[in-house]
Amino acid sequence: MPKLTINNMTVEAEEGTTILQAAKKININIPTLCYMQNFEPIGACRVCLVEVEGIRDPVASCSTPIKEGMKVYTNSKMAREARKLVVELLLSEHEGDCQLCDRNEDCELQSLAQEMGIKLIRYQGEKSRRILDESTPALVRDSAKCINCRRCVTVCNLIQGVGSIFPQGRGFKTYIGPAFNGTLDSVTCVQCGQCAAVCPVGAISERDQIDEVWKAIDNPNKFVVVQTAPAIRAALGECFDYEPGTLVTGKMVTALRKIGFDAVFDTNFTADLTIIEEGTELLTRLKKALVEKDKNVALPMLTSCSPGWINYAESFFPQILPNISTCKSPQQMFGAVAKTFYAEKIGRKPEDMVVVSVMPCTAKKYEAQRPEMNSSGYQDVDIVLTTRELGRMIRQAGLDFDQLEDGVMDSPLGQSSGAADIFGNTGGVMEAALRTVYEIVTGKDFPFPKLHVTPIAGLQGVKEASVKIESTVPDWDFLKGVELKVAVVHGLSNVKKLMEKIISGEATYHFIEVMCCPGGCIGGGGQPRLTDDKVRNARISALYREDEGKKLRKSHENPDIKKIYEEFLKKPLGEKSHELLHTHYHAQEKI
Amino acid sequence: MKEATCACNENVSEGELFERLDKFLLEYKDRPGGLIPILQYAQAIFGYLPEKVLKYVSTKLDKPYSEVAGVVSFYSFFSTHPRGKYLIRVCLGTACYVRGGKEILDAVKKDLKIDVGETTQDRLFSLEVGRCFGACGLAPVILVNENVHRRVKPSKVNEILGAYRGGTGDEQ
Repeated sequence: MPKLTINNMTVEAEEGTTILQAAKKININIPTLCYMQNFEPIGACRVCLVEVEGIRDPVASCSTPIKEGMKVYTNSKMAREARKLVVELLLSEHEGDCQLCDRNEDCELQSLAQEMGIKLIRYQGEKSRRILDESTPALVRDSAKCINCRRCVTVCNLIQGVGSIFPQGRGFKTYIGPAFNGTLDSVTCVQCGQCAAVCPVGAISERDQIDEVWKAIDNPNKFVVVQTAPAIRAALGECFDYEPGTLVTGKMVTALRKIGFDAVFDTNFTADLTIIEEGTELLTRLKKALVEKDKNVALPMLTSCSPGWINYAESFFPQILPNISTCKSPQQMFGAVAKTFYAEKIGRKPEDMVVVSVMPCTAKKYEAQRPEMNSSGYQDVDIVLTTRELGRMIRQAGLDFDQLEDGVMDSPLGQSSGAADIFGNTGGVMEAALRTVYEIVTGKDFPFPKLHVTPIAGLQGVKEASVKIESTVPDWDFLKGVELKVAVVHGLSNVKKLMEKIISGEATYHFIEVMCCPGGCIGGGGQPRLTDDKVRNARISALYREDEGKKLRKSHENPDIKKIYEEFLKKPLGEKSHELLHTHYHAQEKI
Repeated sequence: MKEATCACNENVSEGELFERLDKFLLEYKDRPGGLIPILQYAQAIFGYLPEKVLKYVSTKLDKPYSEVAGVVSFYSFFSTHPRGKYLIRVCLGTACYVRGGKEILDAVKKDLKIDVGETTQDRLFSLEVGRCFGACGLAPVILVNENVHRRVKPSKVNEILGAYRGGTGDEQ
């Protein structure tokens, strides 16, 4: 192993380690704007320059491998000045209207400029050309703020395998965007917002809908309800400098109430509802396949909660659409139930209701405005905020988040099981489904320790498990002896590989959980920045803690779920369910 | 790479051009770095790179359209607009630049009344900028299709172009 010195401290690291990584080992931080965990460095931003003895010019530490006897100085005059110059040059072409930028005080370039003590932009020249792209419901892009770091290109092409954006042109005129500087709506984009989640500056952000929410709250004729996705409670705290993985469910509820929502509900409730509907759908498909020997029944069944995945499937794998559960996502089920069942209960007309959701996701903004999502005759969900937007809204409301007391969600759409909490992480929907399906079929307690199916937990891209059904209650005796094979996949490039295997017949399962973003919703495109694996793991364990802390841990045991079937829906996959809780998909052209 | 010639003077249908492209794709699509030769071939037979062709190549190679467009827009050699009978490339590489390439470019622009990337109304000339043709000793140079014009002066531009207008350009 090569041994070198960095700032006169000796460090030894494996062959192929970069200077940046070796420095990290001895707690020396070198700034960078383009570096991305788990990916080959591309050396695009040049911010990580350091001095190496014997080399005339500073070198990019992210892409320079260490060598035996190398002497590196990260803080010499040469290194400091070189880095400062690079940041000054970036600032010279960056449209820095910081006060008006939604990344103000959350901007990596701004922080670097501050850290380096840059008080003056010495170079005044041509700015990057501004192409403002507001063509999609989810994302807004502003090329004038782009520093060409290419992190978004890496996530879009390598992690998600979608490839909506790529560097166009060259030199000063290089523009990161869709083909020939087009708008995002002119190409296939799944709206997952992973690009917005890694952008170091304000070049890609979610479409800000905070004002629309205020407007609804300010309107006395509107009854405004809010739902929060499972993944919000494990991440919202980060907007207020809490450690990643801090659960803030109670404070979040109080904040929403103080902002002025008329009722504070939980998407978790409809996550439980999803499990009942989706679980029944799976069992129905299995019955058709195993008992009625129906060759046309599409198996494996694939989950449908993730709108980024649905967008991806519609464009990239239209042949797999029959396999996707017809269940709407919990967000959309909530909207449909709120504007029918709940509206009736409180004596309101659906047109007077405004359903707001807080999601870790930008694709949810797209999903909400799909034309088919209007079960009450009105759009199921009216406005979708990301976790980041809620964080900003709480500040706008002048709330001291830290001082808020814990609140409890309202009834009847607020109570949920622990199974719903884990909908927010990879493996969670599957585990929640198995807890219910197993108990319905066998009539026995789910046999996993702490109810966790550990082989499908964690950040590995594709995971699988199987559950042997030894005995059954009479209704489901056709499943006796069946080994239920399931898989869990997240990150669309992993999804692509798995779907290819499913289509070719190389892999066979009964049921697959698919989540668009790495780590699942806790790593969604609308979550506080910056999400790396450490943050993902912290948020995931927070959701498991939330689950374990509840008495109620299985969707089918949620008393409010039982009630909504008794009073309103009657039975899973029944007529009312079909009308309100299920949907269909359309193949889209891939561009 | 296989020789490919522009098919604009042949009476070939678009379908036939796509058939030719398909044959070429078959050979190159699994080669690493195959995209550029494919684009060169496509441009050679179609005369330029229409959107339809680029989307077709992107689908066939299973490469994102944004990446194909990124490559096309990176290299000045590629054009997404139909070109005139004669493509003029004025070299602005280092040697030509210091020996007055910029002035040559201005003279050509003025003469043809078009900007870089455009084509004259009569579809006779298109104008592009080049980044070194490897003829620095002859700087400044312009290329008209395959013909190299050496040590060009702004005052000579009209004469050079005039010969092409009169049909004797290739003999210069």
